[in-house]
Amino acid sequence: MTSTITPYEDGPLIIRGDFELRGPDGELIEPGRATVALCRCGRSAVKPFCDGTHKVAKFKAGTGRDTPAPR
Amino acid sequence: MKLPAPRGAVSAAAIDLLSGRDVAVPAPDSDEDLQLALFICYEMAYRGWDGVDDAYEWDPGLLRLRAGLETRFEAGLHELVGPPAPVEPADVPRLLLETVEADDGPALSKYLRGRATHGQFREFVAHRSVYHLREADPHTWAIPRLSGRPKAALIEIQLDEYGGGVTDRMHQELFKKTMRWFGLDLSYGAYVDSVGAATLRVNNIMSFFGLHRRRRGAILGHLAAYEMTSSLPNRAYASGLRRLGGDADATAFYDEHVEADSVHEQIAAHDLCGSFAAAEPELAGDVLWGARCALAVDNLWAGAVLAAWADGRSSLRDC
Ligand code: FES
Ligand SMILES: [Fe+2]
Ligand SMILES: [Fe+2]
Repeated sequence: MTSTITPYEDGPLIIRGDFELRGPDGELIEPGRATVALCRCGRSAVKPFCDGTHKVAKFKAGTGRDTPAPR
Repeated sequence: MKLPAPRGAVSAAAIDLLSGRDVAVPAPDSDEDLQLALFICYEMAYRGWDGVDDAYEWDPGLLRLRAGLETRFEAGLHELVGPPAPVEPADVPRLLLETVEADDGPALSKYLRGRATHGQFREFVAHRSVYHLREADPHTWAIPRLSGRPKAALIEIQLDEYGGGVTDRMHQELFKKTMRWFGLDLSYGAYVDSVGAATLRVNNIMSFFGLHRRRRGAILGHLAAYEMTSSLPNRAYASGLRRLGGDADATAFYDEHVEADSVHEQIAAHDLCGSFAAAEPELAGDVLWGARCALAVDNLWAGAVLAAWADGRSSLRDC
């Protein structure tokens, strides 16, 4: 199974490829489409997915690590 | 779809030409006349008109008529937003974001969420049906004109627009559920006769950009503007429809767009327009121009609809 997770500037994490979304007890979360956007601003009304609210919230975040890798 | 009734000399000429009569090409009598004539010409590249020979799509007489109308149409766009201006290719995603953020068009989505009557929402759906029943099609024309990363990005978006190849999930099909809830006519183009110039212009601009390879930058900018101004308004439409008693089927199209376009807007700004501008830097300015045109033309439409409602009129021409 290969997939990529990409942080988009000031926006969500986009997941592509061959992935499964599962809840803590292993229950499948229906993604609804091949490429999904996961909310990382915390303000979406359709979590875990992004609904565009990050723009209203003026969410700021970069596209890489904020700090060097710890190891 | 049935040929519409003419709205002036040039739309009458377009209809006559498609009916096999020899015509002299007059100047448009009005914007209604111009927009309808152009819509009639363009439809030959989509699904055509009942009783009209498909060969007219490439008929030199029709193309000559269309080119004359396009000159006027383009002049109208320049009047509205000015001409394209060169931009730094690397700035395209950021400039797209600034463009949509700076847009302060009429608050149609707010009105639909909080105040629209059942009848007004139904009119809104009738207007939008002219596009939504062929949603994504004009942007698909850009695919063979791209290569590499921007092409893959466009396909990633379009695949989702077409439901990943599952008929019922195609956005064009989902919209029929909303139309059905309102008891509207589901047939393609059923409301062309009922909508005014502003609605036709919204559709014509996509054909104007999409059918010409040299306007590939503008059609991509148009798509980005649509994707980047979609998730929040669609949430408003869905809650407006629920306020009016709409069930899950009625709101499915809007609910789908909240999630789908939150994905598409990222792909459109960065992977599609950003990488397209890097690959074809001389067209970077066209991308921004296409986005500005898309917003301006949609705002004219929203303004016309709200103005009609503010006057207590229907926003449709007859029904
Ligand atoms: S990241 Fe888009 S709503 Fe949270
Ligand atoms: Fe869509
Ligand atoms: Fe979309």
